[in-house]
Amino acid sequence: MSKKGLASKTNNWGYFFIAPFIIVFIVFGLYPMVYTFQLSFQKWNGFGAVQNVGFENFKRIIADSTFPLTVKNTLKIWLCDFIPQLGFALLLSMIFTFYRIKGMKVFRAVYYLPNLITAASIGLLFNILMNGDKSTVNQLLSMLGVKSAPIAFFKSQSMTQAVVSYILWWMWFGYTTVIVMAGITSIEPDLYEAAQIDGCNRWQTFVRITLPLIRPTIIYITITSVIGGMQIFDVPANVTNMQGDPQKAILTSSMYVYQHGFKNNSFGYASALSVVLFVIIAALSYLAFKTMKGKEDR
Amino acid sequence: MEKVLKVLIYAFLILLLVICILPFYLVIVNSTYSSIDIVTRIKFVPGDRFLENYGKLQELTNIWRGFANSLLIAVPYVLLTGYFGAFAGYGFAKYRFKGRGFFFCIVLASMMLPSQLSIIGFYKLNLKLGLLNTYWPFIIPGIANASAVFFLKGMIEQTVPTSLIEAARMEGYSELGIFNRIVLPCVMPGVATMCIFNFVSCWNNYLAPLIVLSDAKKFTMPILISTIRGIFLANYGAMYVAIAISVVPVIVVYLFLSKYIINGLTIGAVK
Repeated sequence: MSKKGLASKTNNWGYFFIAPFIIVFIVFGLYPMVYTFQLSFQKWNGFGAVQNVGFENFKRIIADSTFPLTVKNTLKIWLCDFIPQLGFALLLSMIFTFYRIKGMKVFRAVYYLPNLITAASIGLLFNILMNGDKSTVNQLLSMLGVKSAPIAFFKSQSMTQAVVSYILWWMWFGYTTVIVMAGITSIEPDLYEAAQIDGCNRWQTFVRITLPLIRPTIIYITITSVIGGMQIFDVPANVTNMQGDPQKAILTSSMYVYQHGFKNNSFGYASALSVVLFVIIAALSYLAFKTMKGKEDR
Repeated sequence: MEKVLKVLIYAFLILLLVICILPFYLVIVNSTYSSIDIVTRIKFVPGDRFLENYGKLQELTNIWRGFANSLLIAVPYVLLTGYFGAFAGYGFAKYRFKGRGFFFCIVLASMMLPSQLSIIGFYKLNLKLGLLNTYWPFIIPGIANASAVFFLKGMIEQTVPTSLIEAARMEGYSELGIFNRIVLPCVMPGVATMCIFNFVSCWNNYLAPLIVLSDAKKFTMPILISTIRGIFLANYGAMYVAIAISVVPVIVVYLFLSKYIINGLTIGAVK
């Protein structure tokens, strides 16, 4: 009775309370997206008049050999970061769940620390720590007796990509660990007891009970990581010279969009690139969702 | 066997700990040596050139202005996320209205939108609104922070009893008064968590300020840092000081607030 009263009496107040969110979201979230889509069929240099050009921008993308390269770079950097990231997160969660670790919270908090620091600072930080024969990292490597030191990290394309992947792994494995552990805490402890009674060891319990039950968490991590990873900008832009050098090795798709928009003033083309990237990200997320969800039905 | 395993586990955990901290430690140590010392030999103990490096840094750039600019954006931004997060969260938690499910789906979907891909439209929008070179494009979106809405909606559902709201209504409180004087104080810890958590992401925001701000006096910390290498070239000491200034305050704040930040993290993941 009283619940019904609340509902009928205060019907429109609900709209009042959600209105600021919805309005600001439409203006600053949705509208830029729609605007970008519209601009992808136009030509605009940033200040003059806007011209409709139909599919011309998209035709130009098909002929552009640099764009697929940036997608390849981004995917490669993301995969080399994400796979170890998830691996470490699972391993650490397993350790923290099944062993009584003294100072567990301290370890976890420190692993998460790199994620808090401004990515632009981190890019520059690794650049000056690693760049050059006399750099601090090269001195550290020689001190540790690494034979191949000094290493010219930013001269080789694959080495530079590896450095970016490493930085991203370093920034994100702690975050992923926190999220996986949050998923694990929602599992009923009874299930572990039952598994132990059935004679499962820790490893078996983790693989047979924990992993299947945290599949939704892993799907969440994978999809948000695809979405974020395909847009990486801050670290690759700041770890070398903003151009993705050496030889465009770390020119990511987002950096390419930025270059076309804000360096070459071809905003229409940059918008078209964004639209294509959006489709790629949506497709990858869907693919990740399907493959990971699909296993459940079998 | 079990003991050997435990030792190995601790060794592994400590190694990872060192990997996480070492780069920051080296930055702090290097900021206290001259550029020549830095390239001669690795140091693990701080030196005495910090003030000299700091002086060189301040000659060519004003790092504290960047710091103040970032604060000028982040503080109003997080206050908006906290207040309006609870505001919309309350609307979703305690009122039944047509389209509630649909609108809540919008909130959830907005968390997944690849926002970096709409920067061209974002730029053009701000050009049209005359907001280029201002801080509004970064502050106002605080009103539409989906993670705050999602988190505080859940908290209001769990901690604010409907009977309390009805009692206040009987007492003659207005709907807005109920929110401001009853609901908001009840969820203050959650609001604080959201503010702290969102502060970090706002502070670190790089791409949007990079395209909207062109006046060097308005540069935020991340943009200032990214311009540093071009200015100082081989003056490593000064660059290390700049990085240290951008890194150390965050680490110090984290020492005190890590609990809130880690709690804020898991919002999207636990359903």
